[in-house]
Amino acid sequence: MLPPGVSAADFEAALKQFQEAVGKEWVFTSDEDVALYRDAYSPFWGEKDEILVSAAVAPESVEQVQKVVRTANIFKIPIYTISTGKNLGYGGSAPVLSGSVVLDLKRMNRILEVNEKNAYALVEPGVSYFDLYRYIQDKGLKLWIDVPDPGWGSPIGNSLDRGGGYLLAQYRNHFDSHCGMEVVLANGEILRTGMGAMAGAHTWQEYKTGFGPWIDGIFSQSNFGVVTKMGFWLMPEPDAYLSGTVFVPRFQDLIPLVETLNYLENTRATNGMPDLGSPLLGIPMISELARNLTQAPPAPAPELAALLAKSVAGESPELQEYALKNSISYWSCKLSFYGAAKANEANWEYAKEKFSAIPGAKFVQNESYKLPLTPEQREQVHKPQFGIPSLAMFSIGARSATNPEPTNGHMWFSPIIPRTGEAVFEANRVFAEAAKEFGLPALSFSLPSCYWERAFIYIFAFPITHDVETNKKNRAAFKRLVERAAEHGWGEYRTAPAFQDTIMGTYAYNDHALLRFHEVLKDAVDPNGILSAGRYGIWPKHLRGTKA
Amino acid sequence: MRYARIFLMVALSVVLATQAFAAPDESQLERGHRVYQKWCYPCHGPGADKPGTASLAARGQKPPALEDRTDLTPAAIKIFVRHGVLYMPTFRKTEISDADLDAICAYLTRNNKK
Repeated sequence: MLPPGVSAADFEAALKQFQEAVGKEWVFTSDEDVALYRDAYSPFWGEKDEILVSAAVAPESVEQVQKVVRTANIFKIPIYTISTGKNLGYGGSAPVLSGSVVLDLKRMNRILEVNEKNAYALVEPGVSYFDLYRYIQDKGLKLWIDVPDPGWGSPIGNSLDRGGGYLLAQYRNHFDSHCGMEVVLANGEILRTGMGAMAGAHTWQEYKTGFGPWIDGIFSQSNFGVVTKMGFWLMPEPDAYLSGTVFVPRFQDLIPLVETLNYLENTRATNGMPDLGSPLLGIPMISELARNLTQAPPAPAPELAALLAKSVAGESPELQEYALKNSISYWSCKLSFYGAAKANEANWEYAKEKFSAIPGAKFVQNESYKLPLTPEQREQVHKPQFGIPSLAMFSIGARSATNPEPTNGHMWFSPIIPRTGEAVFEANRVFAEAAKEFGLPALSFSLPSCYWERAFIYIFAFPITHDVETNKKNRAAFKRLVERAAEHGWGEYRTAPAFQDTIMGTYAYNDHALLRFHEVLKDAVDPNGILSAGRYGIWPKHLRGTKA
Repeated sequence: MRYARIFLMVALSVVLATQAFAAPDESQLERGHRVYQKWCYPCHGPGADKPGTASLAARGQKPPALEDRTDLTPAAIKIFVRHGVLYMPTFRKTEISDADLDAICAYLTRNNKK
């Protein structure tokens, strides 16, 4: 397969130069080898529109990246950068433009520095969360990393796609936690951002914004450069951890629950990731999901099951009456506290005081740990909440004791909604109606996640199958859900290549001013459009308007 | 020194010749174990939070943890690693090289009945 718009002669010449740059064995062109770059969770699996790869090149140094990029510019080869290629559910290791050459940075896997006293790390793109975690454990450093769920991607890849994790707010927003970048531009030049723009700077990983416009953001969810180094602020290992759960009895109590939670989080009285659940509706908290791998949650009593089936958008007067009569709480919120043991206890007491304004609120103090955890404790906890990478999150779709019908992967519909109970109710009504309208399985009531401060995020999983008709139907429904969400002012935060144009299209304020601005930048910094064409809807000039 | 080395080589070849099958290379086993720990263990190790093991257990596979099996073949292992199955994705050669894959196969078949 040739990259689009490239002649066979040019491709052959480019491949030869790639081989000279990185070594013959690190340029992959055989059918067998390029097949390894397919998106394992492609929503177009096996269809003619499935994105394929013409070749892959795997450099091991910045100098090699520069050579590859310069060659790509000479021959106008579209290249697509991946770090660990584990962005499953959001495109994996495959490009946006079919036929691109993948620039696989996995071999650039050096941990360049971990500074324990000032709690930061500087890493290359191929370093995974597991790699960094093991490095820190092996050296006995008192530092925690913030990991996503699952944890086998890379700090650089995940933060550039603006993913999130589980610790304190400033760490679990992975892009926020970065400090300083090195980027290879489309012309092969090296750019360093923040304090790195000063040669010999001593604070590249300590002061984020440097001087003048802070441009780091343009390298996230985009295609303006190849990021080859990034710094991250890490969390010093706290003294202790405590968690406590508040339970409230009524449907409407979600509103004051969220208001109180917001106050506590925004004043940092609670500093961990809040975790919402519903004992009545059977909605587990995120920290409970991994348990589903081996034990099914108890089935609701038949009377409750019947009431749930008849309820609309999570409520009915009969359901509320049943809940009160049987003392089953409607909503729960698990709060986590990291810090000095005495401070955690005091903050939990304060939180209880605040939540007590909700009539009938009950409290359960959960586990508390002196840190570091013992090896036995490490196996009992929800690992990401303790900075430990894990793949247990695959319980959402993998075959398990509780899920006898596994799928071939997932893709996420993940709109951002306001941080209010009212918005949660509205979103559930709208999405339940939309699911019915679009022929999707009935959507039971769903609670958002608190990865981000100040906003809620919904994360609905769509299954990926190897059945063409099912995938076609799901893609169409996904697009309609995106449009329906946008009609209500709820924007998607991140998505797979299959939907990047559609979703960018919903950010249409002032005649798509934002996309037009991206295109001006693209034409300036990458005039030949060789870098990750199409990523997040940013197409180079010669392909603009040809892609829908 | 040279005679000692020659003696050692002769002695080794005598030992190998008397076995029905050559034992797997020791350093390849160590490599296989190391690569397995890095790439396979997080899903296939023992423990309630390992989705690969849970998947195999749910299918009735005994034992469910790959390291405990005595019936895996290099051909089957290579198909799973290079083609994936259900939730398991493919692994590229920049993650698990062909030599790494051979070592994983040696490690996972180390207890197979000969």
